[in-house]
Amino acid sequence: MSSSHGSGKPPADRADPLQHARSPNRTFGPQPPGEQFEVIGKRLRKVDGAGKATGEALYTDDLALPGMLHGKTLRSPHPHARIKRIDTTKAEALAGVFGVVTGAEMPARFGVIPWTPDETALCIDKVRFIGDPVAAVAAVDEETATRALDLIEVDYEQLPALFDPAEALARKDVLVHEGNKHGNITKEVLLEFGDPDGALAKSDFVVEDDYFFHGTAHAPIETHVALARYGSDGVLTLWSATQIPHYVHRELAKVLDLPAPQIRVIQPCLGGAFGGKSDPFSLEFCAAKLAMKTRRPVKFLYTREEEFYAHRGRHPMAMRFKTGLSKDGRITAVDSKILIDGGAYSSFGLVTTYYSGQLLTGPHQIPNYRFHSTRVFTNKPPCGPKRGHGSVQPRFALEVQLDRLAEKAGLDPIEVRRRNFQGAYTTTVNGQRVTSNGFDQCLDVVEKASGWKERRGKLGRGRGLGVAGSMYISGTNYCIYPNDMPQAGIQIKVDRSGLVTVFSGASDIGQGSNSVAAYIVAEELGMRVEDVRVVAADSDLCPVDLGAYSSRITFMVGNAAVHAARKLRKQVQAAVAQEWGIEPERVVLAGGFAFDKDDRGKAITSAKAFQITEAVLETLGSTGSYNTPNLGGDYRGGTIGASPAYSFTACVAEVEVDEETGIVTVPHVWTAHDCGRALAPVLVEGQIEGSAYMGFGEVFLEHHDVNRYGLHARPNLLDYTIPTSVDCPEFHASYVESLDPEGPYGAKEAGEGPLHPTIPAIANAIHDACGIWLTKLPFTPAKVVAALQARDAARAAGGGANGTANGRAH
Amino acid sequence: MLRLEPFAFARPGSVDEAVALLAKHGRAARLIAGGTDVMPNLKHGLYEPEVVIGLSAVAELRGIALEGGGAAANGSDGELVIGAMTTLAEVESHPLVLARAPGLAQAARSVAGPTQRTMGTLGGNVCLDTRCVWINQSHFWRKSLGYCLKKDGTVCHVVQGGKSCVAAASNDTATLLCALGATLVIRSARGVRAVAIRDFYKPDGAMNQRLEPDELLTQIRVPAPRRSSGASWSGYAKLRARNSIDFPKLSIAVAWTTDRVGAIDDATLVVSAIAAVPRVIAGIADLARGGRADDPALIARLGEQARKVTIPLTNIDGDTGWRRAMVPVFVKRAFAAARMATTG
Repeated sequence: MSSSHGSGKPPADRADPLQHARSPNRTFGPQPPGEQFEVIGKRLRKVDGAGKATGEALYTDDLALPGMLHGKTLRSPHPHARIKRIDTTKAEALAGVFGVVTGAEMPARFGVIPWTPDETALCIDKVRFIGDPVAAVAAVDEETATRALDLIEVDYEQLPALFDPAEALARKDVLVHEGNKHGNITKEVLLEFGDPDGALAKSDFVVEDDYFFHGTAHAPIETHVALARYGSDGVLTLWSATQIPHYVHRELAKVLDLPAPQIRVIQPCLGGAFGGKSDPFSLEFCAAKLAMKTRRPVKFLYTREEEFYAHRGRHPMAMRFKTGLSKDGRITAVDSKILIDGGAYSSFGLVTTYYSGQLLTGPHQIPNYRFHSTRVFTNKPPCGPKRGHGSVQPRFALEVQLDRLAEKAGLDPIEVRRRNFQGAYTTTVNGQRVTSNGFDQCLDVVEKASGWKERRGKLGRGRGLGVAGSMYISGTNYCIYPNDMPQAGIQIKVDRSGLVTVFSGASDIGQGSNSVAAYIVAEELGMRVEDVRVVAADSDLCPVDLGAYSSRITFMVGNAAVHAARKLRKQVQAAVAQEWGIEPERVVLAGGFAFDKDDRGKAITSAKAFQITEAVLETLGSTGSYNTPNLGGDYRGGTIGASPAYSFTACVAEVEVDEETGIVTVPHVWTAHDCGRALAPVLVEGQIEGSAYMGFGEVFLEHHDVNRYGLHARPNLLDYTIPTSVDCPEFHASYVESLDPEGPYGAKEAGEGPLHPTIPAIANAIHDACGIWLTKLPFTPAKVVAALQARDAARAAGGGANGTANGRAH
Repeated sequence: MLRLEPFAFARPGSVDEAVALLAKHGRAARLIAGGTDVMPNLKHGLYEPEVVIGLSAVAELRGIALEGGGAAANGSDGELVIGAMTTLAEVESHPLVLARAPGLAQAARSVAGPTQRTMGTLGGNVCLDTRCVWINQSHFWRKSLGYCLKKDGTVCHVVQGGKSCVAAASNDTATLLCALGATLVIRSARGVRAVAIRDFYKPDGAMNQRLEPDELLTQIRVPAPRRSSGASWSGYAKLRARNSIDFPKLSIAVAWTTDRVGAIDDATLVVSAIAAVPRVIAGIADLARGGRADDPALIARLGEQARKVTIPLTNIDGDTGWRRAMVPVFVKRAFAAARMATTG
């Protein structure tokens, strides 16, 4: 547990004794490399789009190796129990079974955050939730492996189980993790900036409410899957549906006790992740261990039910928020207290706990701020990072409170957000450096697109509009394990044929990072995109990248790609210039050709230009890297949430409330997102729409929870309802390009930020539609009906508890 | 992924062959029509058949026709006969169904999603197993809580101390067919019998159908409206989480006839997705007779009559009090759906 208090002052430039040893921060500005952009900003297809659409693309489960075995995992049927005995004799004796593994064979503890290693590949002494993995089998087929699981005998001593985080916080007699220094608390953060109590006391308007954000899952279409081969050369190869191959590589070495150079991790095409494939998972270790034991390739494919047990979904948060506003509509202070339900393990929980407060200090200027967040263990599937990690939940609370305050102050909700706009090139109250900031333009776009001024208040009974805003990181300078090396790297190989191969460590999880790498290299080298091939996420071939999380890839890998390609570009320009006897600046690289700017008839193909360069220099290749600048507040935890650039989003939602049934439909969601320069507009729009879709599902339909026995209540896609195409709003995605000085060509993130405001915008629209404030997600029809009845009762009583009497008359 | 346990597969080409196989294998056999529900249930270990008998090659079980008509030139006095293997997609769009029983088309259209309806059949939906949040899960899941009354266990997780299974009928078309007073034709090697669909279901969630192990549902027969009627109407309304795919949280069907001046002379209201049997609400015809289907006060009275006797349980996900409160709302919507549809 750490309690840290910030000074509230912007960070001074600190002398860093290690700075000399740290990989440099290097950026190239928002300008095109040549006269104008040829590739960047164009509406291009994804480089892997056709293969995915036709079914040619190879996902991990498409891979099959000779002699391959199939693995299955035995899981705990108890939410909390001590393992007294495991006997695998009968399972091992079953015909068709080649190997069985238990936790005792892989005792090393791991965890994606090095400070909180509290997981083992398989449980050893204790199980902590229903579905916790206990043993694994490799057999000739899945049927045999499944039968073998039934033959494994496990004696359990059942323990009292904790499902309620408030109870987990209070109980000292039941511990999910014995030996934890602070009972069931996994992390506690208290940070205070300025004087929130004093400011609230002096505020003209103050609202204080309890909010609840329920648990939600990622529900990727591809479940977890891993295939391992242990070769006679002693090399362990793991193909896995992971979004962070590098951490899998590190943890495999540790848990399997193998030298890291003997391990190769490959991420094939991946069918959705959304944060849920960021941790190392049991099946990756079990596939590897069983491959080593049996000397045969072993594949594990999780069922949908196992996917829900592996979880790492959005943390449920119980949030008390208190926010003040002055008469002229300025936020005076925000004070929050948040109880976070972590489930059975730490996962990314340390970061989640910080993010629940650290990422709330823009785009609105908050002069005084305190957050006190506590994450506790419970006997439930472990929570982790889901799209908008840690900040989607408090953002819901804050943006609803802003509307409550706007109503009290008699101000338009968009106007309140305009008045509090923090602006560009500023420092937040918690010491985060903000560079480009187009939030004000985002508000303009959604205000206009939704017809806010003309339509709000005139839509008729049961219909309304709501707005919300948000910010998110483009990666963070808090590296999960401390090191001085780059956060991202790119290598480029140039072939005489005119093909350029880009080796990228980044995980394309559908967001299009391979496409963006290809676009950048094509732009820099003046090539056609189809002549650039990307090889990604293979630890033998590609430089390290820290993974597809924190919305870091476009910014960081993009900068590394510019760095690597810019070096080559200069070499090619120089060599061609020498050949032609002109100045290098005159050599234009564009569209698959090199030509003389002053004599445009003088042109050669890219292939010819590369051949000339290779003849002059040597075998062509290039590397590039990116590392963050030193950022963050000067206090413990001040670097967590410190990003080289922040994205900003504004959203307007339109709702229709069926007051008879409580069923809310959302005909339209308008989202405008400041992504810096949109390197690939189609991908940006896709990310905005996908984010809004995901947020919409979380508001009404999706609910990850356990029943009274601690069993996941809905571990399948019939009961865990994600929106179908006929349930969806019409999504209107726009982007605002506030060119960032440090992003590649000025780009920032687009993958996670746009989710945040969807949820409070819908909540605020429901209030606009029918005068109720909904504070506890999900907004089931039953809750809506109950709130409407409370509204009617309050109106009948002539009063107006909870501000509902201030709702518009119908 | 979840795998199927091994079983033998038989694919008869005729009803005679199918019932012979049923006679031979009895309880060891499981019929499969479209398979949209049987397949997941097999994967969940809810059925452990030795033989699965697939009906896809039995052509005589498909088709929609009018039988026994004659007096009326347009055949409106005939019996609407639907083969059990007719797909829901065919039922929802067939001109005879749209003309004679528009509510049945609505109910068929509300089953699952378009892909399931191209496989799923009317007979399969009539014979759909009951559902419960505690049963339609994997074997691991059910085993973890010690099973339940419906399969392998001795306790009910819905009704504490309950001794009979309360899994809910969740078949959209059955609700409507009950309202229409349909008859089911059932074949076995022993012969053929007809049973009113309202007598077909029994109040046992573990097995809610009066169907012997050697029997096969072959036809669904919707009777002609009584000759005295001016017009007949039917409508369906379904409460569900999403606008596609989902089973009902409340399933409500209405059917009524009007006399020559447009007054109701007979009416039926059926509520399902509550317990094992679609419930025909008592006293509806008496309340409705002489009234008009566009009278909001009358519809509200009928809805209240249904709400009073409808007690939702936690066998289905969703707030029980809210589901009960939705009964009159969806009665109203079923009437509205009927009035919007083409009348016969």
